[in-house]
Amino acid sequence: MDYLYYLRKEKMPHIWCDGCGHGIILKSILRVIDKLGWEKDDIAMVSGIGCSSRTPGYVDFNTLHTTHGRAIAFATGLKIVKPNLHVIVVSGDGDATAIGGNHFIHAARRNIDLTVIIYNNYIYGMTGGQASPTTPIGKKASTAPYGNPDAPFDISRLAQAAGAAYVARSTVYHVGKTDRYIEQAFLKKGFSVVEVMTPCPTSYGRRNKEGNGVEMMMFQKKNSVGVERAQKMSEEELQGKIITGVFVDKEQNNYLQRYDEVIDKAKQINQ
Amino acid sequence: MENIPNPNVRMWQGNVACAEGAIAAGCRFFAGYPITPSSEIAEVLALRFPVIGGNFIQMEDEIAAMGAIIGGSLGGAKTMTATSGPGFSLKQENIGFAVMAEVPCVIVNVQRGGPSTGLPTHAAQSDVMQARWGTHGDHPIIVLCPSSVRETYDLTIRAFNLAEKYRMPVILLSDEIIGHLTEKIEIPEPSTIEIIDRKKPTDTPENYLPYKMDDSDIPAMANFGEGYRYHVTGLAHDETGFPTNDPKKIRAQMLRLNRKIQRFRNDIVEVETFNTDDMDVLVISFGSTARSAKRAVINAREKGVKAGLLRLKTIWPFPDKEIEALYKPVRKIVVAEMNLGQIAHEVEWATRREKPVVRVNKIDGEPITPNEIFEAIIS
Amino acid sequence: MAFRYEVRLSGSGGQGLILVGKVLAEAAAIYDGLNATQSQSYGPEARGGASRSEVIISDGDIDYPKAENIDIMLALTQEACDKYVVDLKEGGILLVDSQMVTNIPKGSYKVVALPIIQSAVERLGKFLVSNIIALGVITKLSGVVSEDSVKHAIRARVPKGTEEINIKAFYTGIELADNWLGKHGSLL
Repeated sequence: MDYLYYLRKEKMPHIWCDGCGHGIILKSILRVIDKLGWEKDDIAMVSGIGCSSRTPGYVDFNTLHTTHGRAIAFATGLKIVKPNLHVIVVSGDGDATAIGGNHFIHAARRNIDLTVIIYNNYIYGMTGGQASPTTPIGKKASTAPYGNPDAPFDISRLAQAAGAAYVARSTVYHVGKTDRYIEQAFLKKGFSVVEVMTPCPTSYGRRNKEGNGVEMMMFQKKNSVGVERAQKMSEEELQGKIITGVFVDKEQNNYLQRYDEVIDKAKQINQ
Repeated sequence: MENIPNPNVRMWQGNVACAEGAIAAGCRFFAGYPITPSSEIAEVLALRFPVIGGNFIQMEDEIAAMGAIIGGSLGGAKTMTATSGPGFSLKQENIGFAVMAEVPCVIVNVQRGGPSTGLPTHAAQSDVMQARWGTHGDHPIIVLCPSSVRETYDLTIRAFNLAEKYRMPVILLSDEIIGHLTEKIEIPEPSTIEIIDRKKPTDTPENYLPYKMDDSDIPAMANFGEGYRYHVTGLAHDETGFPTNDPKKIRAQMLRLNRKIQRFRNDIVEVETFNTDDMDVLVISFGSTARSAKRAVINAREKGVKAGLLRLKTIWPFPDKEIEALYKPVRKIVVAEMNLGQIAHEVEWATRREKPVVRVNKIDGEPITPNEIFEAIIS
Repeated sequence: MAFRYEVRLSGSGGQGLILVGKVLAEAAAIYDGLNATQSQSYGPEARGGASRSEVIISDGDIDYPKAENIDIMLALTQEACDKYVVDLKEGGILLVDSQMVTNIPKGSYKVVALPIIQSAVERLGKFLVSNIIALGVITKLSGVVSEDSVKHAIRARVPKGTEEINIKAFYTGIELADNWLGKHGSLL
């Protein structure tokens, strides 16, 4: 396939660092779009603030780069007004689950037909490595110089608990899985989340002595555990592991379908 | 006797008139969050939209509601949200986004007492400066203030028209008294209502510049999903819509944002005068307080004091020229407002402090009475 | 000069006084062709607390929409009566529920004490229609709107299926007022 067909070539080079996994996620997204044969005009990509949120600037779709944490709120309005658009939200761990956490869980509850792809690198990379809601306990960040005292969110479990119709987690090392999950998420007529673990050597790896991008990806390879296997493992055995796989895949009416029912009821009553 | 009432004559609350005005203006998407004293606007639209092909959504918070109406507007709908003090504070960042990205939308603030939770069920007019400067950065804004239920209907429509025409958010600054006042209204025939829609691009998608610098100062706006794939960001951007750090390009766009309001301010600013031809005392007021001011002017005239009223329907951009045209012959100016002098300060500036400006202020949730303004006129 | 008639309806939240205000204002504005405004003042509670609803009726423009010089005030609780009686004008009518308001505040107004709530319970078996009985009394005593218009406004406003009991309540109020006037002569 021709990646360049989907990219805004004149916007290159991108801002992502050497060893960053974000470009790998972008390529997964483009491969799936190409496979599904979606027209560029029919796709809207919406983001908030952060490294991941620069993705829309590089792709030749209808693109919207919003305020910090609010991408899902903007995307919700757009999807309701233009239901035929494929609305994709790209977000980071901080953007989606700290400042934007409320929108994230409520969009899941509402089951609005959006796909949110979360680039989870445990850190606020763009602004210099501050702790995020997924930074593990004890890990260092510029705002946690002695180690992070906060417990992390498990984003996929959060999405699951909040009612999302599709939730999966992969890593940038596991490209095949990432492609598959993104495809399933795109085809889901409801709120779908794909969390992709991605290394940030500059702001996270360096500070925590986890090596360069390649070494961090090797860590992903060694420490990923499928969701089925993880069920048989103890808490202790799962320490430091990345659980990958599909957590939720269910059919339920989405927000627009339920609103159609509201319309039918309202019309009956007001006849 | 058989009573056959005129079906266009209704007893409506200000908030109902706002919702109905929005519908008349072509608004078909509302996102909101419940807050007193504005919730009736959301409630009416929740009831009406499903029947007329609109979409209502109750969002998880005020910030989300503001974000959703920007997203909806980019999809091509006329969109609105409604709130009051605390919610208006929360919406500010995204209002700034709509200013920067030039996305038309209407924000209704039914003012209540503040700061903080303040007086949820009582009126204030203390968000005048917040409406002007609430979000960060240096940018213009349009703010309209209705004084009656009918005017709430009319100015809601006008807010949409100005938002679409100038490609920016417009704030309808109502207050608890007007929002909750039930009053007689004769609904105008739809054919008599002027409706303005955003300028659509005539360029091909390849040549389309979403923030084009041309003589109009107002770039054409394409809707998402209609063949024009462009980029929208709150970052400083150039004509293409993509971020830039080039000071020349940034300056050009920022000055255009300001110019589009300065240049068309005569189209935007609306005031109403009452008994101003031969006046000695100029009373300036807006919103619900202007009703008390009008009664005070009538009462003063009965006592032989030549008072006149200037009622501000647009408060931003500030009607400085309109004040300038009136104040020279008067002895003094009385400014009545339910805050501690936010408009009075602007009036002093517009009149270069050449005349004494007497302030009639109240910040306890109670309305300013006609007598309180009357006393200031005759003293 | 245009006339201006001010009505204040006070009691506790949940007694339906805002509805009474709206019906009265609609009767005047929609069916009698006058001008009217209705407003309310309320606290955070949906039920209880002292609440008030105000109606201004005029044949001219209504600028200031709040009551300052009240022609008739209804009080259905002692608390509301004590709190809101201040703006009743000299010679105005203070209409109270004779069971709920036993301590009549001093002032130079005409007091009409009637068993409004008791009539609702005993004659109509429905405490909830006390408000409409009060509306009947006010219609009769004030004479500011026509009975016919109020009747139309009630039918248009009250929940479907409750029209008849509300119209009955309205006439119960008219009757209470008639009896009072019969006993005490004209208010003027």
